[in-house]
Amino acid sequence: MSRSRTRSRQVGGSTTADAATVLDVDAIIDDPTIEIVVCCGAGGVGKTTTSAALALRAAERGRKVCVLTIDPARRLAQSLGLTALDNVPRPVAGAGADGGSLDAMMLDMKRTFDEVVVAHASPEKAAQILGNPFYVALSSSFAGTQEYMAMEKLGQLHAEAVADGADGRRWDLIVVDTPPSRSALDFLDAPERLSSLLDGRLIRLLLAPARGPARLFSAGFGMITSALNKVLGAQVLTDVQTFVAAFDTLFGGFRQRAEATFALLQDQGTAFLVIASPEPDAMREASYFVERLSQDAMPLAGLVVNRMTVPAFALDGDDAHGAARRLRGRTRPTADDLVVASLLEVHARAERVAERERRVVKGFAAAHPRVRRVELASLATDVHDLDGLAEVGERLAAASSRV
Amino acid sequence: MAGEKRLHVVTGKGGTGKSTVAAALALGLAAQGRTVLLCEVEGRQGIAQLFDVPPLPYEERQVAATDDGAVYALAIDAEEALLEYLAMFYRLGRAGKALDRFGVIDFATTIAPGVRDVLLTGKVYEAVRRRDEAGAYTYDAVVLDAPPTGRITRFLNVNEEVAGLAKVGPVRRQADSIMTMMRSQRTAVHLVTLLEEMPVQETMDAINDLNAATLGVGHVIVNQVLPSPLDDAAAERVASGALTPAAVAKSLARVEDELGPSAAEGLLLEGHAHVARQRLQSHQRAVLTEAGAPVVELPHLEDGVDLGGLYDLGGRLVEGGVR
Repeated sequence: MSRSRTRSRQVGGSTTADAATVLDVDAIIDDPTIEIVVCCGAGGVGKTTTSAALALRAAERGRKVCVLTIDPARRLAQSLGLTALDNVPRPVAGAGADGGSLDAMMLDMKRTFDEVVVAHASPEKAAQILGNPFYVALSSSFAGTQEYMAMEKLGQLHAEAVADGADGRRWDLIVVDTPPSRSALDFLDAPERLSSLLDGRLIRLLLAPARGPARLFSAGFGMITSALNKVLGAQVLTDVQTFVAAFDTLFGGFRQRAEATFALLQDQGTAFLVIASPEPDAMREASYFVERLSQDAMPLAGLVVNRMTVPAFALDGDDAHGAARRLRGRTRPTADDLVVASLLEVHARAERVAERERRVVKGFAAAHPRVRRVELASLATDVHDLDGLAEVGERLAAASSRV
Repeated sequence: MAGEKRLHVVTGKGGTGKSTVAAALALGLAAQGRTVLLCEVEGRQGIAQLFDVPPLPYEERQVAATDDGAVYALAIDAEEALLEYLAMFYRLGRAGKALDRFGVIDFATTIAPGVRDVLLTGKVYEAVRRRDEAGAYTYDAVVLDAPPTGRITRFLNVNEEVAGLAKVGPVRRQADSIMTMMRSQRTAVHLVTLLEEMPVQETMDAINDLNAATLGVGHVIVNQVLPSPLDDAAAERVASGALTPAAVAKSLARVEDELGPSAAEGLLLEGHAHVARQRLQSHQRAVLTEAGAPVVELPHLEDGVDLGGLYDLGGRLVEGGVR
C-alpha cells in the first residue's frame, strides 16, 4: 500500500511536468501588457545571463527591449556591446527581428546620481552638492546606493520608454537585472527608507540647527546635538548639515520618483522572476524573495531554477556503480572497458546530484505550491556571446512547453 | 603563536560557499586548541544554520568545543553595535535612547552612507583586541564571514573613507586604529572561489583591489573541487571521439544486458560535457595561480555539509597553511 502511494505521488507531484505550475516565459515576454520584467535572486545563480537571454529572446520575437544590467561578467558585457560605460542604453548590433530591437546598458551608480543632481538642482546648488565630501562618499563607494540608483534608473528608462506615445515608443519592454544586494530586496525598500528619513525628526533637526530648535524639539534636543558633536566631531556635523541642506530640495523629488517606481513595480504590467539554482542556500533565498514580493503585493510571475543536473539517459546511480565495478573486475578489461567504467562513475555521480537537487526543488514546491516554475539544465560552458544567450532563451522556452 | 593570524577575513562571490569555509576554518583552528570567535555581518544567520543551533542573538555564544579549543559565534547587528558603542565610549545611556527616538540610530545604520560598515568593522576590531583580566587575548583568533568579493575592499577600507571625512576627533582616531589592524601582518583576507569563470574573475579583481588598498591577501580557497574519475588519457579519448558509441555499447553489453544503444550515446554525451567542464576548470586553476597567492583546494562534500564535514574541511585549511 505504501508503495502505490509513493508511486502516485511521483506521478502527480513530480517536478516540471505539471501544467498548472509551469512557468511559460514566452507567454510573459509576448504579452504586450507586460512592460517590465524584473529578475531577482541570490548572487551566483545566473541572474544576469537569464535577464540578458530573456531580453534577447523578446527582441527576436518583435519587442522593443531595453535591458538594464548591474554587474555583468566581462565577456557577457562585451557580447552586448557594453564596452563604453556611458550610462545610456546602446543598441545591441545583430539582435532583434520582426520589428523588435535590443538596447542594453550597464548601471553606473555614481553617474546616475550625478545626473539626478544636475537635472534637479540649480547650477550653484549642484556644484555645492557634487563637491561635498559626503556626497562624494555616498555616491561612489557606499553600500545601498546601488539599489537606490537602480530604482532611479528604472524610473527614468520607463519614463523615456513611454514618452513618445504609444506608436513611436522607444521601448515597450524593460528587463531589469537587480543588484546582488546583501539583503536581497533592498531596492524595494528604497522609497520607504527615503520617506522615513525625510519625515524623521533627524533631518529637520539637521536642517534647522541655528533656528533656536530647542523650542521646537523639547529638552532632548540639546542632548542630541551634543551627543552627535561628541561622536562625530563638529567638522563632520557641519559637513553633514551642509550636505543635507543642499540636498533638501532634491530629497522630495527622490522620494516622489522612488514611490512612483515602487507603484510601477506593483502594477500588473510588471512581472517578477525569481532566479535560483538547486542549492539549499539559493532556494532559501528564493523562498525569501517569494514571500517578500507577496508581502509587498508585487506581481510574481514565477521561479526559474538554473543549473539543474539532468543525466542524459536513465540508469540508476547504484546500478551504474555496479556496472563500473564489474567492468573493472573483468579478468582482462580492455582499455575501452576502463574508460567506460569511468564514464559510468561520472553518470552515477550525476544521478546522485540530480536526486539531491530534485529534493531541494521539491521542498520549495511544497512550501509554495502556487508559484509557477521552470527548470533549466546546466550548461557545460559559460555563455559569452549572443548565440549562447539565444540558446539559453531557447532552452527556457522549450522547458516551459515541455509539459 | 607568532606568525599566526589574529583576524581571518573570509570572502567570496555569492554561491561559492564562503560561510561554510569560514565556519570550517573556525573549527579547524579550534581543533588546534585555539579559542575562536566566528562573526557574521549580513544578518543571514548562516552560522546558526551550519551549526544547527537557534538563530544567534547579538551575543557571543559557544557553538562548538574541541579538546583544548572552542568556537564562539556572533551575528553582528549594526544597530546593537551602535548602541553598545555609544554606551561604551561615550557613556550615552539616556542620550543613546534619545538618539533612537529621533531616528538617529535608524538613520545611521540603514541610510547614512557607510556607517553600517563602520559599525560592523568596529565591532570586529573590538573583539580582536579584547583582553581578559589577566591581560591575555579573549580570542586567539577571529574569523569573519565577510561581505562578498564584490564589496570586500570597500567594506574593509570603509574606515579609510571615514578618516577622509572626519579629520580629527574620536571617530577619526577609531577609524585610524581599525585601518592599522586591517593592514596588519596578522590580518589575512582569504578569497573563496569555485573553478568557474565568473568567481575566478571576481577573485582576481578583488586581489587587485585589495593589493591596491594595501590590505593583505591570505589564501585563495578553491571550494567544492570534484576529482574526475577520468585520467588525462581517458579524457582525451572521449573528447577526440576516439571512443565510439559502438565501442561503448560493446563494453556496456559485457556487464549490463538491459541497456539499449541510447545508453551508450547518453554516456558519451555526459562524458563530453564532463571533459569540457573539467578542462574549463583546469584553465581557471591556471588563471588563479597567476595571482601569486597560495591556493588551498577543498573537496566537494557529496552528502552536503554536516559537522563532520566542516571539521574535515577545517583540518584541510589549517594543513594548507590557513592559520
